[in-house]
Amino acid sequence: MKKPTKVLTASLLAFACQSAYSADLSIEIQNLTQGIYFTPLLVAAHTPEASLFELGESASTEIEAMAEMGSLDGLMTVTTSVNADVIANPAEGLLGPSLSTTAMLTTDDSNTVLSIVGMILPSNDGFVGLDNWQIPSEAGTYTFYLNAYDAGTEANDEIRASMPVPPPLDPLLGTGGAGVTSQETNASVHIHRGNLGDADSSGGSSDMVNSIHRWLNPVAKVTVTVN
Amino acid sequence: MELFNTKMLRLTLLAAMSTGLIACHHDDDDDPQITPPPAPVEVTYQVTITNLTNAQPFSPIALALHTEGNFWMIGEAASVELETMAEGGDNSGLLGLSIVMASATGEMPLGPGGNETFEITIEDVTDAKLSIATMLVNTNDAFTGLNAWDLSELGVDDTWSTTAHAYDAGTEVNSEAAGTMPGPADGGVGFDASRMDVDFVAAHPGVVTSSDNLPSSVLNSQHKFDNPVARISVTRTQ
Repeated sequence: MKKPTKVLTASLLAFACQSAYSADLSIEIQNLTQGIYFTPLLVAAHTPEASLFELGESASTEIEAMAEMGSLDGLMTVTTSVNADVIANPAEGLLGPSLSTTAMLTTDDSNTVLSIVGMILPSNDGFVGLDNWQIPSEAGTYTFYLNAYDAGTEANDEIRASMPVPPPLDPLLGTGGAGVTSQETNASVHIHRGNLGDADSSGGSSDMVNSIHRWLNPVAKVTVTVN
Repeated sequence: MELFNTKMLRLTLLAAMSTGLIACHHDDDDDPQITPPPAPVEVTYQVTITNLTNAQPFSPIALALHTEGNFWMIGEAASVELETMAEGGDNSGLLGLSIVMASATGEMPLGPGGNETFEITIEDVTDAKLSIATMLVNTNDAFTGLNAWDLSELGVDDTWSTTAHAYDAGTEVNSEAAGTMPGPADGGVGFDASRMDVDFVAAHPGVVTSSDNLPSSVLNSQHKFDNPVARISVTRTQ
């Protein structure tokens, strides 16, 4: 019995030591959807005290700008101010359906959790998100899935004028939709209820196509390799 | 120089061959107690699949053990064999792929709420991968299953369980229109060789249905599904 105990103690010590050092990470993000685009992603390692978003709480103005317009400017300022290790826009533009991008990140000692955010299109204020995932200290490959969230900051009217429409989406979206709704019941960050869309490309209630601009969770697969 | 080298090589080879022949001859004559090859070790897995959907029967379920390859990869075009299963429910092409080392298949569709248990056995291989594939038959080209799950860590009597998502083969547009789906909600055609969709495998976006403003759909609210669509439990029994 004595020997195994010693081994256990030794490995625990190694574990403890490792966690105090910086990590060398490869973070692969795959868009699993068939017809949804991700705007430029923000990949950030930061301290556990910081958080980009919390389910059930109001979105910050920086998250709102990301989720409604795809802008990372505010989030870059915020994450830089807390000394996060940040990779912005690893895909160098939109991450299309089924495509993958990889961010290489070397983290500081104290930045022990990982967060990822990016707007999903078409949507009013939908985003794919990872909130404070504990970066393992043990080398290896870790795989997990991400859901689509609603920032709760904008009514999901599904109208073309309410969202960015980059070139690949432009020919797909309809026009003349009357608007699905003018209300957002839950004003905090929550699981996105999905797009409705309709089958009328020049009217109806939505400018989205109901058989294309949909998803079921999860919408992304993340593979983190801790080197 | 070249000629000399070639000659030397030939001589060496001849010498090696003679030595080998002599050695074999010697063994056969003087040492009749040849060690018999070890008896093959059978590795058996019991796999139970439960259909978690409301009204999406699964086509006869295909199970395969293999050490190489994948039945599908998200972002890549579906093979014709996967397309055939995902559009029409016929899994014979998938199970006939050269990578498949052992297989099992259901005889009948598996209805919503139902479960089915399979046994699949392979000899002398404990690091096989398990793949499972079945169509959600009241759709154009939705399927679910398991993609090359590594069984090497599963010891005898160990059980591993997971749930499975719905995928879209990307080979047939999700029109949900009359005549395009083989399941009981439609009774239409299954496999069609033409590729009229995005032509890559992805997560399925779900069915829209006529109840949700797709007038051309023959599906209704009963046929909607969400992830996960199946539960899979694997036990190594020997």
